[in-house]
Amino acid sequence: MAEQTKVMALEKVVIRFSGDSGDGMQLAGNIFSTISATVGNGISTFPDYPADIRAPQGSLTGVSGFQVHIGADKVFTPGDKCDVLVAMNAAALKMQYKFAKSTACIIIDTDCFQKADLEKAAFKTDNPIEEMGIKQDVIAAPITQMVKDCLAETGMDNKSMLKCRNMFALGLVCWLFNRDLSIAENFLREKFAKKPAVAEANIKVIHAGYDYGHNTHASANHTYKVETKVKVPGKYMDISGNKATAYGLIAAAENAGLRLFLGSYPITPATDILHELSKHKSLGVMTVQCEDEISGCATAVGASFAGALAVTSTSGPGVCLKSEAMNLAVITELPLVVVNVQRGGPSTGLPTKSEQTDLLQALFGRNGESPMPVLAAASPTHCFDAAYEACKIALEHMTPVVLLTDAFVANGSGAWKLPELSDYPAINPPYVTPEMKENYTPYQRNPETDVRYWAIPGQEGFMHILGGLEKDSNTGAISTDSDNHDLMCRLRAAKVAKIPVPDVKVEGCVDDADLLIVGFGGTYGHLYSAMEEMNAAGRKVALAHFVNLNPLPANTAEVLSRYKKVVVAEQNLGQFAGYLRMKVDGFVPYQYNEVKGQPFVVSELVDTFTEIINK
Amino acid sequence: MSEYTAKDFKKGQPRWCPGCGDHFFLASLHKAMAELGVAPHDTAVISGIGCSSRLPYYMNTYAMQTIHGRAAAVSTGFKVANPKMTVWQISGDGDGLAIGGNHFIHAVRRNIDLNMILLNNRIYGLTKGQYSPTSPRGFVSKSSPYGTVEDPFCPAELCFGARGRFFARAVATDAPGTVAVLKAAAVHKGASVCEILQNCVIFNDGTHASVYSKEGRARNAIYLEHGKPMLFGENKEFGLMQEGFGLKVVKLDENGITEKDILIHDAHCLDNTLQLKLALMEGPDFPIALGVIRDVEAPTYEEEVHKQLDEVAGKKKYRNFRELLVTNDIWEVK
Repeated sequence: MAEQTKVMALEKVVIRFSGDSGDGMQLAGNIFSTISATVGNGISTFPDYPADIRAPQGSLTGVSGFQVHIGADKVFTPGDKCDVLVAMNAAALKMQYKFAKSTACIIIDTDCFQKADLEKAAFKTDNPIEEMGIKQDVIAAPITQMVKDCLAETGMDNKSMLKCRNMFALGLVCWLFNRDLSIAENFLREKFAKKPAVAEANIKVIHAGYDYGHNTHASANHTYKVETKVKVPGKYMDISGNKATAYGLIAAAENAGLRLFLGSYPITPATDILHELSKHKSLGVMTVQCEDEISGCATAVGASFAGALAVTSTSGPGVCLKSEAMNLAVITELPLVVVNVQRGGPSTGLPTKSEQTDLLQALFGRNGESPMPVLAAASPTHCFDAAYEACKIALEHMTPVVLLTDAFVANGSGAWKLPELSDYPAINPPYVTPEMKENYTPYQRNPETDVRYWAIPGQEGFMHILGGLEKDSNTGAISTDSDNHDLMCRLRAAKVAKIPVPDVKVEGCVDDADLLIVGFGGTYGHLYSAMEEMNAAGRKVALAHFVNLNPLPANTAEVLSRYKKVVVAEQNLGQFAGYLRMKVDGFVPYQYNEVKGQPFVVSELVDTFTEIINK
Repeated sequence: MSEYTAKDFKKGQPRWCPGCGDHFFLASLHKAMAELGVAPHDTAVISGIGCSSRLPYYMNTYAMQTIHGRAAAVSTGFKVANPKMTVWQISGDGDGLAIGGNHFIHAVRRNIDLNMILLNNRIYGLTKGQYSPTSPRGFVSKSSPYGTVEDPFCPAELCFGARGRFFARAVATDAPGTVAVLKAAAVHKGASVCEILQNCVIFNDGTHASVYSKEGRARNAIYLEHGKPMLFGENKEFGLMQEGFGLKVVKLDENGITEKDILIHDAHCLDNTLQLKLALMEGPDFPIALGVIRDVEAPTYEEEVHKQLDEVAGKKKYRNFRELLVTNDIWEVK
C-alpha cells in the first residue's frame, strides 16, 4: 500500500504551522519557506501572534500560527486558507481549524490531545475530531513520544527534547512536499552554530519526522510537489517588512552619504525596526531608545538639524504623540522620515493586528496647514524601496515624510532579490554652496522646487535659527505678518505638491477592464491575486495600486475616470476612497471596506468584485 | 585668552519686559560664551516655549526654538548626531519641569553633554500669569485665585533624583555668579543643570527678593566653592556645620566654634547626600546655596554612543550595505 501513495503536482500550497507560543512554529515555517525558496518557488509568509504576553501553556489564548504560501510562480499573499494544518496541541486545532480548506490535510500530535489538553482547549468530549466535525484527512501521530524516543540516547533533558517537536512536524511536512532535507540541515547548523549538539538533535528529529511519513505514509492519500515555473536567477534572501524597512533606511543613508539616526520608543508592531537598526553600529547607525514617543520624534528633529538622516519609527498611537514634533519638522523644513507600522485602532486597539486606518491621520492629522508627503509600502519586500524613496524625498525636498506600512507587511516576509545600490537613484540633498556664505537665510528657496537650502551646523558663515514660530520668507526672522504667513503656507504646500512621483501603474486588463480595483499599501498582494483569479475566470479586471499618496501621481484622475466601474478596496471604513473623492472631481467609486485586523481574503474579494461587475 | 567677545554672540534686540531677569541672564550668557572661547558656529542654543525660550533669537550661533517642553529631547538628538557642537539648552520652569519634565529627568539620567539652563521665575509669564510647578503651595495666580493646593518641585531634588552629576545655582542679577556657574557647566562633561533664579516683574514680582540684590545675597545666600569652608554673612561670620542627619547654621567665635569646625564644600563627592541638603536650604533659617553644588565626572551619553559605534565597527566584518546583505541566509536561483 505504501508504494501507492501518489504525488500530486500543485501550483500553490498553503501550510499553516500552529501550536503554543513556545512551540517554535515560526522557526519551522521559516525553514520550510527557505527550503522552498531555494528551489525557486515563490514564497510569502505571515505570523499570527497571540496578543497575550505569555498565555498559559496549552490554552486557547496562547496559540500562535505561522502561515507559509509557496507557489510554482510568484505568490503575492500568504494565502487565505491552508492546504496543510499542523496543530501541535488541542488548543491549536480548536483555534486554527477555521483556516483549513475543506480539502486540507491536518497533522496533529496525539500526545498533546490528552485529557488535560482537551480540557484546557475547552473540548467537551474525548474526540475532538468528531466534536469539531472535521472531515478532512488527519495524520494523527504521537509526535512527542517519537521525539523523546529519537533523542533518548543523546542524554538531553526532557525540556530540551520537547523543544525539538517542531522539527518532527517540519520533517513530516517536508516528506509531504517531497522536500530535500539538506537545505534544512544547513539552515540548522548555521542557526545553532554555537550549539552544535542542539543543531544535530534538531536534524535527527527532522529526519525522524520525514522517515515517519515515508514509512507509514501516515494516513495521507498523496504527497505533493510544487515545481518551479519561472526562475529569476540571482541571489535571494527571505526578508520581513520591518527588516526591509530598516535596510531601506540604511541603504538611503549610504547613498546620501549621511549618518542614519533613529529616535524611537518600543511599540508593537514597529519595534523590530528599532531592533534591526540597533544591530548595525558598524554602519554608523545611531539609535536612541527614548523616554517616550514624543522624544523619539523630537530627538530625530534635533538630529536632522544637526545633519543626520533622521528617522522615527512607531505605530498609530505613537504618531498621535509625535504629531507636534512632526509639525516642527514641517515648519522648520527639515528632512525627517516617520515610519508608521499601522495596527488596529483607535486607542490601543488591536496591537498585533493589521489595518490601514491611519491614512487620514498621516495626511491631515496635525494642526495648521501641514502638508506632508505620504507613501505606503505594498508588500514586505517593497518596504525596502518605499523606505528608500521616503528618505530620498525627505532629504531632497527638506520635508518630513510619512511612510505607512502595516502589521501585515511588517511581520510578513517574502523572497527578496538582493538589490544593487547602484540601481537606486542618487540622493542629493540641497546643501548650501560656498557662494551663499554670509548671505544665507534659512528660507531662501530654489525657485523651481521651492525647496530651501540645508546648512548643517558647524560651518562658518551659515549660522541661523530655526523654530516653530512662523518666519519671514526672506529674512528668516519671526514674522506675524498676515501676508507673509499666507505666502509661507502656500510655499510649504507648493514644495510638497511639486515633488515628482511616478505614475500609478495599471495592471491586468489595462485596455478593456469592466472593473478597476483601486488600493494602496499592504493590500497589494490580495488585490492582485483577486484580479489574477478573476481574469483567469474570464472577467475583465484591472488593478491600480497606489504607493505615493501625497502627492498623488499625476495620472490619478485620468486612470480613475478611464474605467466604467471602480472599486476602492481598503482595510478601513473608506479613508482612501474619501481622499480620492476630495482630489478627483466627480469620482464616485464602489467601496470594499473591512476592519477586521486580518488580511483580506482573496475569495471574498473575488465574490464582491464579481457582484459589482454584474450589477 | 579667547578670541571672542560678548558682541560676537549677540544678535537682535530682546523683546522681554523691562527689568525681566532674562535680560540679565542673556548678558551673562554672552559673556560666559566669550570667555569660554568656543566659536559661535560650533555652538548651538536650543530652547522650548515660554518667555525665556525666546533667548535663541538673540544668539549669533546655530539655534532652534523648538516646541513646548521638548528642548531637552531635541538637544539630545542634536548632540548625539553632532557631538562636536557645544549645546546650550534653555528652558523655563514650566517648559522644563511641567510639560517637559520627562525629557528633563531622562536627559539628566543619560548624562548627555548638554548645558541645561533652567530659568526659574516660578510663574508662567508668556500665558500671562498661571502658577508653575515651582510655585509654592498656596500661591495665588490667575489659575489659582484661592491659592494652589499642591507642592512644588525643587529643581535640585529632581536633578539629584535623576542621578544628576552637575547642579549649580545662580541669581540672574548676579552677573559674576551667573558667568561663573555657566562656565563651570560648560567645562563639565555631561548634563549640567543650572538653576537661574530670576524675577518676573509683571506676574511674580519679588519671588526671589531675599537674594535678588547684592545686599540680600550677602545676608541670605551662601556661595559654595569646592574645597572652601561654607562661610556666609556680610562679614563671613556664619558657617554651616553638620548636626545629626542635618545641617545647622553656627556663628563663628561663639560656643568655641572656629573656622576649622566649618564644613568644607566637596562638589566632587560622589555621594550626593550633603550636596542635596545644601541645595534644599531655604530662608529664613538657612541661606540659599549658590554656585556649583555638585560636579561629578561620569561617562557621557554621546561619548558612549560613539565609542560603541567604533567598538562594534572594529569587531563586525561588514562596513557597508552590500557587505551587510551577505550576512543573511542567502540562496541562489540559477
